[in-house]
Amino acid sequence: MSYIPKPSAHHPALPRNTLGLTRRDYEGTMSTLCAGCGHDSITAALIESCFELDIPAHRIAKVSGIGCSSKAPTYFLNRSHGFNSVHGRMPSITTGAAIANRDLVYIGVSGDGDTASIGLGQFCHAVRRRLNMTYIVMNNGCYGLTKGQFSATNDKASPSKKGEANPFDAIDLCQLAIQLGAGFVARSFSGDKAQLIPLIKAALSYNGFAFLDVISPCVTFNNHPTSTKSYDYVRAHNQAVDSLDFIEEKEEITASYAEGTSLAVEMHDGSRLLLHKLDEQHDPRDADAALMAIRTNAAKGAVATGLLHINETQQDMHDILATDARPLNAVPMSELCPGSRALEAINARLR
Amino acid sequence: MAPSQIEARSRGRTAPTNTSSPQYFHKVVDCQWACPTHTPVPEYIRLIAQGRYAAAFMLNWESNVFPAILGRVCDRPCEPACRRGRVEEKPVAICRLKRVAADYKGEIDAFMPEIPKEKNGKRIALIGAGPASLTVARDLMPLGYSCVLFEKDPRGGGLMRTNIPSFRLPVGVLDEEVERILGFGVEARFGHEIKSLDVLLKTEGFDAVFIGTGAPKGKDLDIPGRREAAANIHIGIDWLTSVAFEHVHTVGKRVVVIGGGNTAMDCCRTSLRLGGMQVTVTVRSPRRVMKASPWEIEDAEHEGIPILDNHAPKEFLVEKGRLKGVRFQKMKEVGLDKSGRPRLEPSGEEVVLECDDVLMAIGQENSFPWIERNIGLEFNEWDMPKVDEVTMMSTRPGVFFGGDAAWGPENIIWAVAHGHQAAISIDHFCHGKRLTERPQPGANLISQKMGIHEWSYKNDYAPLKRVAMPHADKAQALRNLKVEVELGYDDKLAFKEAERCLNCDVQTVFSAPLCIECDACMDICPVDCINFLNNEAEPLLREKLRVPAHNKTQDIYVSDNLKTGRIMAKDEDVCLHCGLCAERCPTGAWDMQKFMYVEAQAAQACLTHHNAYLR
Repeated sequence: MSYIPKPSAHHPALPRNTLGLTRRDYEGTMSTLCAGCGHDSITAALIESCFELDIPAHRIAKVSGIGCSSKAPTYFLNRSHGFNSVHGRMPSITTGAAIANRDLVYIGVSGDGDTASIGLGQFCHAVRRRLNMTYIVMNNGCYGLTKGQFSATNDKASPSKKGEANPFDAIDLCQLAIQLGAGFVARSFSGDKAQLIPLIKAALSYNGFAFLDVISPCVTFNNHPTSTKSYDYVRAHNQAVDSLDFIEEKEEITASYAEGTSLAVEMHDGSRLLLHKLDEQHDPRDADAALMAIRTNAAKGAVATGLLHINETQQDMHDILATDARPLNAVPMSELCPGSRALEAINARLR
Repeated sequence: MAPSQIEARSRGRTAPTNTSSPQYFHKVVDCQWACPTHTPVPEYIRLIAQGRYAAAFMLNWESNVFPAILGRVCDRPCEPACRRGRVEEKPVAICRLKRVAADYKGEIDAFMPEIPKEKNGKRIALIGAGPASLTVARDLMPLGYSCVLFEKDPRGGGLMRTNIPSFRLPVGVLDEEVERILGFGVEARFGHEIKSLDVLLKTEGFDAVFIGTGAPKGKDLDIPGRREAAANIHIGIDWLTSVAFEHVHTVGKRVVVIGGGNTAMDCCRTSLRLGGMQVTVTVRSPRRVMKASPWEIEDAEHEGIPILDNHAPKEFLVEKGRLKGVRFQKMKEVGLDKSGRPRLEPSGEEVVLECDDVLMAIGQENSFPWIERNIGLEFNEWDMPKVDEVTMMSTRPGVFFGGDAAWGPENIIWAVAHGHQAAISIDHFCHGKRLTERPQPGANLISQKMGIHEWSYKNDYAPLKRVAMPHADKAQALRNLKVEVELGYDDKLAFKEAERCLNCDVQTVFSAPLCIECDACMDICPVDCINFLNNEAEPLLREKLRVPAHNKTQDIYVSDNLKTGRIMAKDEDVCLHCGLCAERCPTGAWDMQKFMYVEAQAAQACLTHHNAYLR
């Protein structure tokens, strides 16, 4: 880690968004992760995405568990709400927060340990509940904070830095999310911001559970030549199934695109996704086809990336539970706590 | 050219930057690049921050010969160039820090070059005792030359003595720096005006002659009333000279200064100190194109002197044979001319300023009535000697020019730069070497890494505003011509100001083979100057950067191709040299390396402190 803070000076010609802010205004404190950590790149992509979407930082809540990944929220959006919670329990905390205040944008940051091991059950239920959040897994295939032991997402073919073989198959979080009914599932790579930033923007704009599995090399423990989660390996085996243009509501679609190979998807908030299919077989609206794309690529040793699956009509938790349209802090006290007489009426009904 | 460079050019892409040329990183050090003598500014600022004033002074002295003088009155080409001025509002107060080194240097005689007792038998005539001639003498004396200095005035220093008033440059400071060079054993003949170059060349048998006589002729204004009121109309630089040599002690109560350059500012402020009660500066052109340095205008206005712009003098009014005032035609701006300067037309309005004295500071020019035109020394159509821009030699072999005498009025620091080049040429000339073979600069790059995220320079950006210069009490300063107005920084203020320097000489050096393209440097860079993208021709590349690089005076540092076929492109423009790219790089592809650049001079003995960095 660096001993000096990032200088406050910024480029005098740095662009400003409609809020009059620069991307520097969306930063957090200096990262204490290892130099070259993929997580820092994802952090930078999150900063850029929130800046470009003109989201005021105080309308965002960032929630995380435990691990290198879960330290990352400190390094972006230092004017947002945040909760660095218990190991694997980020989904529960986010659920509670989302119930209380449905108006905030929820960014859950987790890692492969936090999600695929200790928090696997929590993860499954967050998907099942259709929590309206962006769930980002910074996936490096190892436990970086405890000297790089294999995590549950490390490929079987990928030995450790010291050469020990990995005896178990990997959990593919994207497949799991699709099977559990997640409405937005994407995979990307920390070293490819051109792909990652539109995906994050789309995920943040998606109303429902948006899952992003971002392969993020651990430079210290899992970036050796035999690792399948190294910069070099992922670059060589990255098979993008589509490329995505995220178009904000206010923007015109200027790019022309050929019918059949491209697809426009309208989001709840009026923004649109313009998908350019790189794999003709792939249709992200079809969950089975998405699973197929992941599996056939994996069988060839390739990593399918891009927007793998989208269900633009999915209902989120609030829709399903028909909750009040207002966040709890906007509900008058008389309604929130109707008093003992109301309680007695409820109790009487249950007798 | 390396194969990768040839390949890049053939595809219309930007060639990888050739960092093995010392001029690439030299240009990144904006202040040093802009300085005519290429003084290593960041290095001496660090020395000042460390309290090593003598070493800071010597680095200056070796480069620019007159640190104490220049630390007060330099034209400061370094400051508008300073990167800090592009990052925030104001550049580092480089000039004032230079003065700190001079003010606190202590004893430095031991660092002076040794002057050989045994001379090399070559005799050089130096005409005019200004900064150019004195520089030539300083550079040649350590080599064993015998230098003879001719000066029409009774003391040395040239315009530094005659035209710069002592409230800006105290006589003691000037004397010290001039005497230091004369003390090397220069044979100074003061009060000796050369009336004929031909006679000098024929009689004294000099091996070479250097002419550094400046631009001594102030321009006059031929308008009605000039002759009748001559007794109270003075040429600015002549009047300042008379004040400097104490021939003039007073001036009228009401004074009009005509002109908008630094001489005008010196004239008006001197007038205030000689009894002027109502001093006014008039300029023909609009305020914004005035030639005077902004800080000198500021100082004049601080002393309460009004500056009236768009005033063109039309007539000197005379009553009973005595100057009564000046009539001005007011001008108005009507667009711009081809060179971008405002075009002016009379507005029809006239203004009369009553006054007792007029000082004219409307420019100065060269004058060589003492150089015969038939001695093989050619003059051009403007009656200026033809001087080679590199060698400083005229068309008569062995006769050299420098300072304002060469190409018209410039400033002290340019005169010093000319002097260094002329000294090299004279040395070559006297030893039968080709003048066009110039000695090469010395340069090196040394990693500043001391440990993990520890550097041998302070890389923590200090968000400080420029430190204001303390001034002498105004009432007291205006009463006495000899009270220096600027008091100089003390050690604490100097340290604070030195902290603002961005250490631009500590270079970001990139090694493409080590890069794994993790984006860490790009993400951390506080000023978004680092980019990883596909190579393009430079104009397109500049547009495609994270923040488009529109400042074309600043280079783009382009790497060789990386593993993915992309390149690293760094816009040097507003780089803070904070070293975070190197701190966040997992493979050491970035390193912070101190670049030392040493401009060649005639005598190595004058570069001891510089050369110590090259070992």
